[in-house]
Amino acid sequence: MRYLPKSPADREAILKVIGARSIDDLFAPIPEEYRLKRDLKVPRQMAESEIVEWFRERSRENGDGLCSFLGAGAYLHYRPVIIDALISRGEFLTAYTPYQAEISQGTLQAIFEFQTMICELLEELERMVTPKTACVLIQSPNFFGTIEDVAAIAEIAHRKNVLLVVSIAEAVSLGIVEPPRQADIVAMEAQSFGVPPSFGGPFCGIIATREQFVRQMPGRLAGQTVDREGRRGFVLTLATREQHIRREKATSNICTNQALVALMVNIFMTTYGKVGLRELAKQNLAKAAYAAQQFGKHVKVLFPGSPRFNEFVIATSEDPYAINGRMLGNKIVGGLPLKKFYPEFGNASLWCCTELTTRTAIDTAVGFVAESERSIRSAKEESVEEVAG
Amino acid sequence: MTGKIRKATRHVNQNEGLIFEKSSPGKAAWKLPPLDVPEVDAGNLLGASERKDLGHMPEVSEIEIIRHFTRLSTWNYAIDLGMYPLGSCTMKYNPRVNEVVARLEGIANGHPYQPERASQGALRIMKTLSECLIEITGMDAITLQPAAGAHGELTGLLMVRAHHESRNSPRKKILIPDSAHGTNPATAAMVGYAVENLKSNSRGMVEVSALEAQMNEDVAALMLTNPNTLGVFEQEIHKIADILHAKGGLLYMDGANMNALVGKVRPGDFGVDLMHLNLHKTFSTPHGGGGPGSGPVAIRKFLEPFLPRPVLTTKSDGTLGFDYDRAQSVGRVRSFYGNFGMFVRALAYIMANGPDGLRQTTEDAVLNANYIRKGLEGTYDLPYSTPSMHEVIFSDRVQAKRGVKTMDVAKRLIDYGFHPYTTAFPLIVPGALMIEPTESESKEEMDLFIEAMKSIAEEAENDLQTVLSAPHSTRVSRLDETAAARKPVLRWKPEGS
Repeated sequence: MRYLPKSPADREAILKVIGARSIDDLFAPIPEEYRLKRDLKVPRQMAESEIVEWFRERSRENGDGLCSFLGAGAYLHYRPVIIDALISRGEFLTAYTPYQAEISQGTLQAIFEFQTMICELLEELERMVTPKTACVLIQSPNFFGTIEDVAAIAEIAHRKNVLLVVSIAEAVSLGIVEPPRQADIVAMEAQSFGVPPSFGGPFCGIIATREQFVRQMPGRLAGQTVDREGRRGFVLTLATREQHIRREKATSNICTNQALVALMVNIFMTTYGKVGLRELAKQNLAKAAYAAQQFGKHVKVLFPGSPRFNEFVIATSEDPYAINGRMLGNKIVGGLPLKKFYPEFGNASLWCCTELTTRTAIDTAVGFVAESERSIRSAKEESVEEVAG
Repeated sequence: MTGKIRKATRHVNQNEGLIFEKSSPGKAAWKLPPLDVPEVDAGNLLGASERKDLGHMPEVSEIEIIRHFTRLSTWNYAIDLGMYPLGSCTMKYNPRVNEVVARLEGIANGHPYQPERASQGALRIMKTLSECLIEITGMDAITLQPAAGAHGELTGLLMVRAHHESRNSPRKKILIPDSAHGTNPATAAMVGYAVENLKSNSRGMVEVSALEAQMNEDVAALMLTNPNTLGVFEQEIHKIADILHAKGGLLYMDGANMNALVGKVRPGDFGVDLMHLNLHKTFSTPHGGGGPGSGPVAIRKFLEPFLPRPVLTTKSDGTLGFDYDRAQSVGRVRSFYGNFGMFVRALAYIMANGPDGLRQTTEDAVLNANYIRKGLEGTYDLPYSTPSMHEVIFSDRVQAKRGVKTMDVAKRLIDYGFHPYTTAFPLIVPGALMIEPTESESKEEMDLFIEAMKSIAEEAENDLQTVLSAPHSTRVSRLDETAAARKPVLRWKPEGS
């Protein structure tokens, strides 16, 4: 087996040192009747080339080369190539959670920078509120793509002395949409920042909060400190919340989280930075605005009065699954039919445009919807004529 | 002092500040293509919701980013550099082909909501992996949704609770051996159960008579790690299972130590009702500095109605799809379908091994742990003489007499070019040294490790200060963790703010 670094002679030599006659001696603690005496029924050992080919086939069966208008919590943005170049370094890829700080300063400093950038993007959460058990939870932009009036909701929540939790699913929106600075806690998905959709995971969930709640917060935190010579260094901190110390009284029960994904997000934020994030967000805004306008010539675009970022809902006359089915023939994946989650929405569907969505693709998709509306209208007219005749 | 350190040599590494300290207006590492739709006025579209400023987000060039993260990376230790014997973490080789296949276009860019007929590749990967893991564990069904081990435990206990509630027999307690991972009691508490400790016997195993005495109709399940955190196989596992089942309790297995069992024995065959796996341990997906992980939960048939939704199914036309219509499901435990990218890597690992490779891997992992045990026995105290499986636990009893604790030995090991073992765990061994070499270590690497550990034991006798003030070869010396926790500095702030 090509991953195993021992020759048969090495194994023999080790057995001899241990004083075992055969490898079976070492498995003697397992009761005989349970020991497996056959091969596992899993695929036979494959060559690297075979493995790559098997997954290439799966890739081809999985929408490779499709142009997609799907968002709804997983977004397709361009990923700068330096992300994979850097996270592929074995020192990041094959290290564990940075428990031994002296030989984990790279990971720890990166986490510290990540924490800083997320706080910058969400802006200082400074207003003090009394912690209460109840809270108000909103998402903005919400599932239908519209931006909530966080300030107004916050005022109501805080007047009633309840906490406001704001969730953000589309991180790129933070480039041009006001951050929810009135929130007490922000729960955010950062997948948009350089993480491939990867059929739904791994993504990068983030919780940000006011300083007063930090000791209740789960997860890994990197903190700045000094070594014995007074040099700046970083450590995992506030470990007394964690399960390996507090056991059943722990408020954090995580060993493995999403560190490498957070590193992707970190590199993405660093690459686009202060100006690029705004310009990127602006392109998303423009593409969605254009698409909504074009669709609006043929169908109703819902929630017209509310500001939106890169998603919007249209209501077609025909079942969106049927329209999407025809579009798929042209290698386009149409918007998400909302009846999957909201039966009351009938034929509404949720469309997303990012900086990667071309005008050509938008125009083609609009063409399909326009055609659908035309044929439904003429079918109706025919049946009216029949009745009249 | 460095004469006996054979594995590592000091070399120059680059200093590097925080990225914010390199930022200045006008530098950029990005370029967008020209917009092919009309420009918009953000103020018009967003009104009061328009953001005008992005604070202190950095402005740097591409070469600076490459150097920044490359420099940072060189401050880390990693499996790619050498042995990483963190007990319970299974730091094995992370094959590179896994990374290549996870990045294929249709796999990396597959959207979780794209139509099922355009998702057959991803579903086939999930289906094939599920079948392999069911076969490896000897169970009947599986959910791939949980994001890592502790999350798998949570999912498992939610199913345990749903099972008991469906029989109108809600129970209050979870039994947990004192050798368990801290995640087990934390998980039980989060699901709303009371935790009752189960004492280990002098051989490091569950004391069956104690279990018998503590078992009653209030116990929902026993959470058992097998092999346990002493690296010991619970030899009376069949009795344990029988005692639980006789009173309607379930046997949950924490599968963190599955690297000792794959291809040699199947938990489903020895009475386990449900268990989680850690794909980032046993199945080689990279730890990435602390994630992402993946913690599938395999179950016996009678728990199937409670699986998280949606469940992968084969439709009548032979295509694969998701079933959301599951009345007794515990619901979703994760957005979409779990950490799919990890499924791809784990399956690639299983394919590269095949049945013979998986078995050889397990044998080598156990062989390696026993080689290290043999090499260090007599130098370090072995608190339990029971046979070791994939990891071996020593204590610092001998060295502590000189004032050298397990953490001191660990820090000194860094100077010898190794990552430390797990320190001070399991809690039932005072001053524990928990060593898990995995199958990925050659005899040469282990010989260097044994030599290093013996040399440190000698230093503890003859050169005490060198050990107590270690590490000496790292960029920073021991860091002040107390100060970090007392007044947490969790983010950079510009000077003067």
